[in-house]
Amino acid sequence: MIKLTVDDKEIEVEEGCTVLQACEIAGVEIPRFCYHDRLSIAGNCRMCLVEVKPGPPKPQASCALPATNGQIISTNSKMVHDARKGVMEFLLINHPLDCPICDQGGECDLQDQAMSFGSDKTRFLENKRAVEEKSMGPLIKTNMTRCIHCTRCVRFSTEVAGVNDLGALGRGESMEITTYLEKSIDSELSACVIDLCPVGALTSKPYAFNARPWELSHTETVDVMDAIGSNIRVDTKGNQVLRVLPRLNEDINEEWISDKTRYAIDGLKNQRLDKPYVRNENGSLEEADWDTAFNKIKDNIDKIKPNEIACLLGDLVDVEAAYAAKVLFQKLNVDNIDCRIDGAEIGEHGRAGYIFNSQINGIDEADALLIFGSNPRLEAPVLNARIRKRYLQGNFPISLIGENNNLTYSVNYLGSKSIDIEKLRDKKNKVYKTLMDAERPMIIVGMGALTDDSSQALLYELRELAEVFGVIKKDWNGFNVLHTSAGRTGALDVGCLPSKKGLSAKQIFSESENSSLSFIWLIGVDNKEVLNLKKPFVVYQGHHGDVGAHVADVILPGAAYTEKNCTYVNTEGRPQFLKQAVFPPGEAKEDWKILRAFSDYVNCKLPFDSLDSLREKIYSDFPHFEDINIIKKSKLSKFGRKGKINDFEMKSPITNFYKTCSISRASETMSLCNEKLNSKIAAE
Amino acid sequence: MSNLTINTSDQFEFTFSKEAEKEIILILKKYPPERKASAVMPLLDLAQREAGGWLPITALEAVAQKVGLAYMRVLEIASFYTMYNLNPVGKWHLQICGTTPCWLRGSDDILKAIYDTLQIKPNETSKNGDFTLTPVECLGACVNAPILQVNDDFYEDLNYDTTKKLIESLKKGTKRKVGSAKNRKSDPENGATVLLSIKGKKNA
Repeated sequence: MIKLTVDDKEIEVEEGCTVLQACEIAGVEIPRFCYHDRLSIAGNCRMCLVEVKPGPPKPQASCALPATNGQIISTNSKMVHDARKGVMEFLLINHPLDCPICDQGGECDLQDQAMSFGSDKTRFLENKRAVEEKSMGPLIKTNMTRCIHCTRCVRFSTEVAGVNDLGALGRGESMEITTYLEKSIDSELSACVIDLCPVGALTSKPYAFNARPWELSHTETVDVMDAIGSNIRVDTKGNQVLRVLPRLNEDINEEWISDKTRYAIDGLKNQRLDKPYVRNENGSLEEADWDTAFNKIKDNIDKIKPNEIACLLGDLVDVEAAYAAKVLFQKLNVDNIDCRIDGAEIGEHGRAGYIFNSQINGIDEADALLIFGSNPRLEAPVLNARIRKRYLQGNFPISLIGENNNLTYSVNYLGSKSIDIEKLRDKKNKVYKTLMDAERPMIIVGMGALTDDSSQALLYELRELAEVFGVIKKDWNGFNVLHTSAGRTGALDVGCLPSKKGLSAKQIFSESENSSLSFIWLIGVDNKEVLNLKKPFVVYQGHHGDVGAHVADVILPGAAYTEKNCTYVNTEGRPQFLKQAVFPPGEAKEDWKILRAFSDYVNCKLPFDSLDSLREKIYSDFPHFEDINIIKKSKLSKFGRKGKINDFEMKSPITNFYKTCSISRASETMSLCNEKLNSKIAAE
Repeated sequence: MSNLTINTSDQFEFTFSKEAEKEIILILKKYPPERKASAVMPLLDLAQREAGGWLPITALEAVAQKVGLAYMRVLEIASFYTMYNLNPVGKWHLQICGTTPCWLRGSDDILKAIYDTLQIKPNETSKNGDFTLTPVECLGACVNAPILQVNDDFYEDLNYDTTKKLIESLKKGTKRKVGSAKNRKSDPENGATVLLSIKGKKNA
């Protein structure tokens, strides 16, 4: 520990601290532009100057100065005040006075610090420099005249995002931040540079000129675009979601979110289902009221036996809806209920077999990694950034079996086929040695490996290997399943699985033509296989007019994730509350309410009338939901089934990052990103 | 207005010649293999000579591949240093020093002579494409100011007339003698005026 004095206050800090961090520990705020906790230190804005004794008799940049024993630091002396004022004057020399038309206005570091530390008049009478706008793709709007060259964006893209697209060209007054040949940034996290930019040089293109920060209401909630449940803040004005910003959560997303999380929200305005619809005799969908729609469903359900009924739950279904659906269809004696609409062979042998056991922050502690049948860069970009962060710290060999894509770190590639798992048993293989030598090895299994018919056997073999390599031991469980859909873990937790006699989603989709099924209730199921369901009567309950709604005979409009208070469980098994930011459009309702209302029609009244009583039921059946944000350690159970492993290519279910769910498919911004991506692929 | 201009056209094909490839092997040998990125500076210089005095984007990418750097990093380096040209230059690249000592000693006359003979101003290229005039900061030869650098050579102690003669001979394709136009070394033009005692070694 180091002892030093900050403004007459004695404090102790850990070795390796910078003076700036020491000041923060002492509770003194130091103004800064270029310094950022999660990026390397640049020391180029000079705003964080402080007076340090002993040392040269001049102000020092505190962000780049190591704290040492016995330092006396003043942050409030005349020297410091003059220095800050001087630095601010230089920064403002070339900064335009366009705050009234700048989107950063009101939440701008430069604006705030100029108010606190700047002078009230200028002595600079010469021409200001102007810089041409850069093209950085459909998400980032540039106004480079405002840039103060802190290089946070450059450091973010090289260090965190792992793409060398941004850089600073030229020098001195001619210095400009730009992308290589003005192409868009080739990263799923690119828009984080907007949050990092301390001025209005990089702002959000879809949000341009939409609102001022003080007009917005904030709702702290959780994202559902991928399975890691990034913490977000939803900013709304009236009943419209205008933007999404990341919220700090060290255990999950640190302070990053993916571009999809941030920008798919304009999909919440398009193609929404706002009224119930019923298909008429001519085969076209007709607006209806709830009573008509429910009666139509009841008429169809009454005619048939329970084994002709099935219920499928989609990727974005919350825990409350999944639980309500399970209880309702149990009461109707229906065996065919499933949430694994991509055909994943998981969930049947205990919780440890389908969650990210080590937790996301376990990546920081791991010392070897095997990625199996997953492309984390597309399936969970923020998690991928975490892997890269660990990789950059060194001593972290990463091996990959699966699609060989650029994951922003180098890997030992073993092949793309499921049978390449045999290579892990090969003692001569380098990968065998790295995993054996590791103290805390980790395996990440993706849906690319788990959706085949023989995936149970694959899972069994991985479980065995985990035992061999010490991935699963007393104080460490590094066996991790990375889900691709936000609702899956929660639905598995409440047991939305077919009973022994029941049909799985995979069977329902493949055998719907021949099977005896004559009624299917879809809750937010929008994958392509739904189009096979031509024979049965289909009820679609959900929020977007996507694939599922096209085949439906009755449509029941539901609420999207920003429009309901609900629970989602992320891939770690961490239950998190989502809070309502806006109201659902038209007559749309929360999914559990729809199921509750319908239960009256079939005389199976669900035993809850409010969200609280519903949650009480859930907590009594599944106590681990009660501790929100806390992950219950799962038992080290066996999972998988011994058997023959088929030879198949393990392909990530996500081929197009920008179009993965009904919300992102309806989003115009995501379409623009998609076009950009396609034109890039075409050019290559 | 910021004056950063980079020719980003990818029409210029670039490949290292056989001799250059041999040279590259020699240059890379000077650096430890895991630090071969350090060779980016000499390789850029080599590429610039190969490509005719400037670095098209294709040349930058060729260098980036040789040293294992991202394209953006190489572009940053090339745009930072003024001796790498990111726009085409003429056969004769005239770099005129206008920093204080040269300016005091008549760099404006050199500019005038160049304009009178070639009709080009700073940052312009002559119509036939043979001459490019670039203003630069101190070339580090103030003792024989003013200086005009022609490609790799320094022409010193120039005035209006000697500059004119120099340009005329360059036009014909012949080089004049490099160095001081007044045939002097780096000593004061009219003899020493200070520290005379040291010269006489009386008190030394």
